[in-house]
Amino acid sequence: MRLITHNMLQCHVKGCNKDNFPLKLEEIEIEELEAEFNADFIKSMLNRLDWKALAQTTFSLGIAQLPEEMPEELNDEMLQQLHHILLEVDITSGRMVCQGCNHVYPIRDGIPNMLLTESEV
Amino acid sequence: MLPTPDLSHLTSKDYRNVYEPAEDTFLLLDSLEEDQEYIKQLKPKICLEIGSGSGCVITFLEQIVGKNSVYLTTDINPEAAKITQRTGKQNKVKIDAINTDLVNGLLPRLENSVDIICFNPPYVVTETEDINSSLIAASWAGGINGREVTDRILPFIPKLLSPGGSFYLLLIQDNKPQEIVDIMESQYNLKYQLVKKRRAGREQQYVLKFSKI
Ligand SMILES: C[S@@+](CC[C@H](N)C(=O)[O-])C[C@H]1O[C@@H](n2cnc3c(N)ncnc32)[C@H](O)[C@@H]1O
Repeated sequence: MRLITHNMLQCHVKGCNKDNFPLKLEEIEIEELEAEFNADFIKSMLNRLDWKALAQTTFSLGIAQLPEEMPEELNDEMLQQLHHILLEVDITSGRMVCQGCNHVYPIRDGIPNMLLTESEV
Repeated sequence: MLPTPDLSHLTSKDYRNVYEPAEDTFLLLDSLEEDQEYIKQLKPKICLEIGSGSGCVITFLEQIVGKNSVYLTTDINPEAAKITQRTGKQNKVKIDAINTDLVNGLLPRLENSVDIICFNPPYVVTETEDINSSLIAASWAGGINGREVTDRILPFIPKLLSPGGSFYLLLIQDNKPQEIVDIMESQYNLKYQLVKKRRAGREQQYVLKFSKI
């Protein structure tokens, strides 16, 4: 699971509607990927990202220190950094924990498991 | 004609637990191909396949759209999610597979964000109990009218679609496609178009397209 995908996932346990995003990554293993840099693609993805969540996650993982708000102008260096963060950091195993209800979503073989049991739906 | 994705890495053992591409899959591929000019001009940024099985459809969609998009898939079957990921690798397509029920976990974050959605659902008319009775049963057993899984996804489609985006849905005659058209038009205000229909043995199959205006 790449961080761009992590940025799109949130807790959906019934009644959990506080602090349910972003999910906190724990005990993760990371593999670096190599993706072709395309500045236009990164720019076009910006309005579909949740910047605050991305900044929070990359900070807590010690990967990057992004500004708290999305900068108005993104220079090439920043786009390269975003490219790396979003597309080249692959989480192969670990878990995502909801900060609202503590539900744990495991990640195995690089695939996040968002399934809930009957009672949680 | 676009080439069908390379599935040579999959064996009959894989298809014990995961749906093997069949006529329905290929009708969906043909529909995407027929619609490729429309799909390209949308310049999709996020594409999503629900119930990706082997991953054949999303991989084919990447051949149309190209590298500048994110390709998300969901499947309730963890084996299918793994195999989808493998099919991506085999075809050099980066797929982000998620093991989930329908689109659980993607909303509200992806509201108005998904440009193309595809779904070839479990559509066979069965008893309700047959749905999800095994990994492979989940791929075909659709319950009453073969509609029980499909009906659950409908309300999420207008939420997920970006303005101008489209949802491609495979159905058979037993699913009463006209009822689905009525729901999507009158309740969710989506625009309907029939993309393709074909007879496969006893099944009359359709690919319907619903677009957000
Ligand atoms: C008819 S198969 C289609 C597989 C593949 N997309 C194709 O066209 O060959 C239906 C797929 O939907 C998945 N599925 C069934 N119920 C689901 C659900 N509730 N959520 C997500 N996926 C589901 C099945 O596991 C299976 O992979």
